[in-house]
Amino acid sequence: MMVAALGSAPYLVLGALLFASGATGLLVRRNPLVMFMCVELMLNAVNLTFVTLARELHDLGGQVAVFFVLVVAAAEVVVGLGIIVSIFRRRQGATADDLNLLKG
Amino acid sequence: MELAVFIAGSLICLMGAIGVVTSENPVHSALSLVGTLFGIAVLFIAQDAEFLAAVQVIVYAGAIVVMFLFVIMLLGVDRTDDIRVDPLVGQRSAAIVAGVLLAGGLTAVVLLGSVSGARSSAAAPTKDLPNVAQIGQLLFTDYLWAFEITSVLLVIAVVGAVVLARHRRDDFVDDLPGDEVPEIAAAPAEEVS
Repeated sequence: MMVAALGSAPYLVLGALLFASGATGLLVRRNPLVMFMCVELMLNAVNLTFVTLARELHDLGGQVAVFFVLVVAAAEVVVGLGIIVSIFRRRQGATADDLNLLKG
Repeated sequence: MELAVFIAGSLICLMGAIGVVTSENPVHSALSLVGTLFGIAVLFIAQDAEFLAAVQVIVYAGAIVVMFLFVIMLLGVDRTDDIRVDPLVGQRSAAIVAGVLLAGGLTAVVLLGSVSGARSSAAAPTKDLPNVAQIGQLLFTDYLWAFEITSVLLVIAVVGAVVLARHRRDDFVDDLPGDEVPEIAAAPAEEVS
C-alpha cells in the first residue's frame, strides 16, 4: 500500500480543473455527442473528489457512492445516446443549435 | 512515490480533458476521453480504491466509450464540428470566461477551505479485508435498498432505449432518407445494460 503522504488537496484541485474543463466544453461545443462526453468528464471529476474525500475521512461510503454514480452514468448514456440517434435519424447533421423547435 | 503517480495520472487526465474539449473530430474526442478515464483509474489506485479502478476501466473505457464510438460510426465520422465558427456572437468567449471563473472558484474553495466533518467510524476501511470485500459488505448491508433501486433504474433505461430506438413509421410526418437505420440503431443500446 502506498503511504498517503500527498494529502488530499492536489486531488481536489485536479477534480476542480477537470470539472471546469468539462463545463466549458459543454458550453462551447455544438456537437451533441461531444457535449455528452463533456458531461462524462464532469461526472468523473466528481468521482475523483468522492474517492479523495473517502480516503480523507476514512469512510468507504464515498467509494460506494462512486459505484452508484457509475451505474447511473451507464443508464444515462444508454438513454441519451438513444435520444441522439433518434434525433439524427430525422435530421441529418444536426447540431445543438438546430434543435430550436420550441423557439417561439 | 505517490507524488510521481499523481503527476503522471493528472497529466494524462488533463491532456485527455483538453483533447475532449478541443478536438474537431468526435472520434478524437472519444479517444481522449479514454485517456482521461484511464488517468482517473490510476489516481483511484493511488488512493487505495482498487475495485473502483477496475470498474472504471471496464465500465467506462470498455463499455461507455465503445458505445460512444458505435454511435459516432453509426451517424457518420465525416461530420466534423467546426469549432472556429461562433454561431452566437460572444457566446464562446463568455463560456470560456465562465469556465475560468468556475475553475478559479472551485480551486479557491479547495485551497482556502479545509475538510470539515467528523471522521466516520461507521464504514472505516481496514487493512484486514481487501477493498472489494469491504465494498461488497457495505453494498449488501447499509446500501442494500439503493442497490436494489439501481436494478430498477437499469431496467427502465433498457426499456427506454428500446422504445426510443424503435422504428415507428406512422408517427413520422416527414420521411427522410435516414429512416432505414433503426434496426441497427437498436443494437448498441441493448449491449451495455
